[in-house]
Amino acid sequence: MFDFSVVTTWIDELLRVTLGLNNFWTLFIEFILIGVVLLAVYAIIALILIYVERKICAFFQCRIGPNRVGKWGLIQPIADMIKILLKEIITLKNNDKFLFYLAPFFVIVGSILTFAALPFGLGLHAVDFNVGIVYILAVSSLGIIGILLAGWSSNNKYTLIGAMRSGSQLVSYELSAALSLMTIVVMAGSMQISTIVEEQSDMWFIFKGNIPAIVAFVIYMIAGHAETNRGPFDLPEAESELTAGYHTEYSGISFGLFYVAEYLNLFITSAIAATVFLGGWMPLHIPGLDGFNAVMDYIPSVIWFFGKAAFCVFLQMWVRWTFPRLRIDQLLKFEWKILMPIALVNLLVMAVCVVVF
Amino acid sequence: MDIKNKILAIAPESVVENEELLTISVSAKDFRAVVEWIKSKEGGSFDYLQDLIGVDNGESLGVIYRLFSTQTNTALVLKTATIDRENPEIMTVSDLWESANLYEREVYDFFGIKFINHPDMRRLFLRHDWVGYPLRKDYDMSSNPLSMKNQTPEMMETTETLTLDSEGNVKGSQFQIFGEKEYVVNIGPQHPATHGVLHLRVSLDGETVKKIDPNFGYIHRGIEKMSESYTYPQILHLADRLDYLSGTMNRHAVCLCVEKALGLEVPQRAQYIRTIFDELTRIASHLLGWGCMCMDMGSITAFIYGMRDREKIMDIFEENGGGRLMCNYSVIGGLSKDVTPSFVSKVKEFIPYMRKMLKEYHILFTGNPIARGRMKDIGFLSKEDAISYGVTGPSGRASGWMNDVRVLEPYAAYDKVKFDVVMREEGGTYERYIVRLDEIEQSLRIIEQLIDNLPDDGFITKPKAIIKLPEGEWFQRVENARGDFGVYISSKGDKSPYRIKFRSPCMTLVSALNPTVCGEKIADLIMIGASLDYVIPCIDR
Repeated sequence: MFDFSVVTTWIDELLRVTLGLNNFWTLFIEFILIGVVLLAVYAIIALILIYVERKICAFFQCRIGPNRVGKWGLIQPIADMIKILLKEIITLKNNDKFLFYLAPFFVIVGSILTFAALPFGLGLHAVDFNVGIVYILAVSSLGIIGILLAGWSSNNKYTLIGAMRSGSQLVSYELSAALSLMTIVVMAGSMQISTIVEEQSDMWFIFKGNIPAIVAFVIYMIAGHAETNRGPFDLPEAESELTAGYHTEYSGISFGLFYVAEYLNLFITSAIAATVFLGGWMPLHIPGLDGFNAVMDYIPSVIWFFGKAAFCVFLQMWVRWTFPRLRIDQLLKFEWKILMPIALVNLLVMAVCVVVF
Repeated sequence: MDIKNKILAIAPESVVENEELLTISVSAKDFRAVVEWIKSKEGGSFDYLQDLIGVDNGESLGVIYRLFSTQTNTALVLKTATIDRENPEIMTVSDLWESANLYEREVYDFFGIKFINHPDMRRLFLRHDWVGYPLRKDYDMSSNPLSMKNQTPEMMETTETLTLDSEGNVKGSQFQIFGEKEYVVNIGPQHPATHGVLHLRVSLDGETVKKIDPNFGYIHRGIEKMSESYTYPQILHLADRLDYLSGTMNRHAVCLCVEKALGLEVPQRAQYIRTIFDELTRIASHLLGWGCMCMDMGSITAFIYGMRDREKIMDIFEENGGGRLMCNYSVIGGLSKDVTPSFVSKVKEFIPYMRKMLKEYHILFTGNPIARGRMKDIGFLSKEDAISYGVTGPSGRASGWMNDVRVLEPYAAYDKVKFDVVMREEGGTYERYIVRLDEIEQSLRIIEQLIDNLPDDGFITKPKAIIKLPEGEWFQRVENARGDFGVYISSKGDKSPYRIKFRSPCMTLVSALNPTVCGEKIADLIMIGASLDYVIPCIDR
């Protein structure tokens, strides 16, 4: 299996040895490089996801989907991106301008920070330290601030209701998501993402952890789905009652940032699920079947990672285009009375399992 | 008749105008006593005010009340009038029949008749700075010149109510529609889920709805006023454009009314095909209603499924009538042209297809736990409220009120077919939803019985080239996809009507939002609205 650290080490040596830069400049250039690469990948994934979502949604609805721009409409998301970049940003009267324009950046920064912590492949891991899971949970919650600010600073009743819903929803579902991730942390014995992936080299956690892991996976998928504000949990932007919820007043690229962040959050949730439960970039290894394992190793790690993430993305899109929306009281009742108690009990069961077996 | 004599006893000055359809003209003075009596049990409990029609009789301004008793299904037409054209005042009936609340505001808007004790005497369709009352015969057409200034008046924050003091003097008092501290959200007129340009002002307590104030008129086209200078064949096209989803039925209603007035015998074939088209329209409308309701709950896929299957019906319409939504098919005397040779086979293909799809809908949506959770146990409308608010059609039947005009007053070929009137007792949102889907099945049954037995006696009885109705007045009711659609035509012998009134089933549906939604969440407001399934152009006319 190709180790991408070969490439990164080569770049590092190129800067340090061949060019003879000191530590500060080496790190400086490397950080900028990583930042640029991450942003580029972020944007590309967003474009791909927008296209995929439109196509998948179309197939669920017995339609064809975009098919005019380019072959099979492949250029459509790029055309949409250019359109949204060129659109006028409508300025509002009587709102808090500073916070209004700041809000989309909170959302996008939160999601990029989380994005950076994903292990894309063997040796392709930008942010990796000993409390990786806690870091992911922390920075992914930054988006809530952006949504609350957007709703409040727009000075509009729809956005305010949308933001309040969003706040209560995200704060609630964050708990279940965190608890289900903790279940796996108990099993892996580490919070470091690279260690969690390494631990799955003999078997993925969803298979290794038996029932508690499967329960945790389901809970994480539900809670993560809720955190992305997508149907059936799309109450914050409930189109039919709040027009567009917290981003009603946004236009042009500031709306585009919300839009992109929503899709990337979908990817990030799926990627975290893939990393923690499905082994990240780790190929499928079955203990005892060495031939099979060797064949699996020939598939590049990046393909494993994105394949698993794509599977989770597809699951989420399937759910979104099938279910109607919940109501706010049902949503909160579901979290606090059903999902969180189950997640807590599940964590306990997992702890007992780990201690006993 | 018993009721007639009793009314004559209460109000001796009353005049019985018509014995067959009991029509009694009561003086404004005795009017209130008469209506109170007929609403009561002894008086025959006329609990359903189907329509309230303002008329300008020339020297006097009058109101026509079309009443039904839901127990005996007897009809009664009450008339009253006031000679005072400067300050016309009539006692309200809005405390007896809730549906009168909006009807009386409409009459005030168009005729300037003020209803004493009415709780909310505002204009309904026109802007409050409108000059004059447009449906009066002496209305000056130049009194509201087209303003090119981009100015809209402020919303009315106060409303007026008129009361009689002990000496009989009329006193007006103003009061606020919403309190100072209420959190009022405007839903509409531009909003993705109002099914048209409806403007609801909603007072919220957190997410809970406290009060709804509907504002109409954003798509008011003055169809009734226009009709007064149009010929009858022209009016048919306007009727299509009231409730555009049941255009065929509305057109059918006007045709029936004019045919009744002319004494025209419509060929059996035309009646059969009209019935089939009505039922196809009903299916199309229910599919759209179902789809919209699902979409309002956030399930866009279901909406697309509904639209996909509706397309099959639209194709049949296009092939036969020429139009899709408004297929311009019925004309006075029959149909504009005979059906195409492939009509029968296309319809027969459609029936099993639709049955299969209905099953899929139930699997996809009705059985969905989230959808059930959203629809069950909310938005109740009791039978009494349904009758009082005049909530007809599938929504009324979901509350246990048997109001199907197809059975009560059969027209076209409805007396020749067997079908069940789909009823539910509870009156909740889920019941309204399921009644619609079940009605699709019944409509398919009706079509199935008719499609093989189309008679062969021509598709039209040609009326005279210029249709002039004799002097008189006629009522006609049909069951459109939303309920009891009524037409009232009053003619003075000309080729255009003296007064035409369309009874919009949708207006009463919107008025029923207040009792059904208050206390529920704002998300349910949209969904319950969708379950009532109103169409705004039908309200605004």
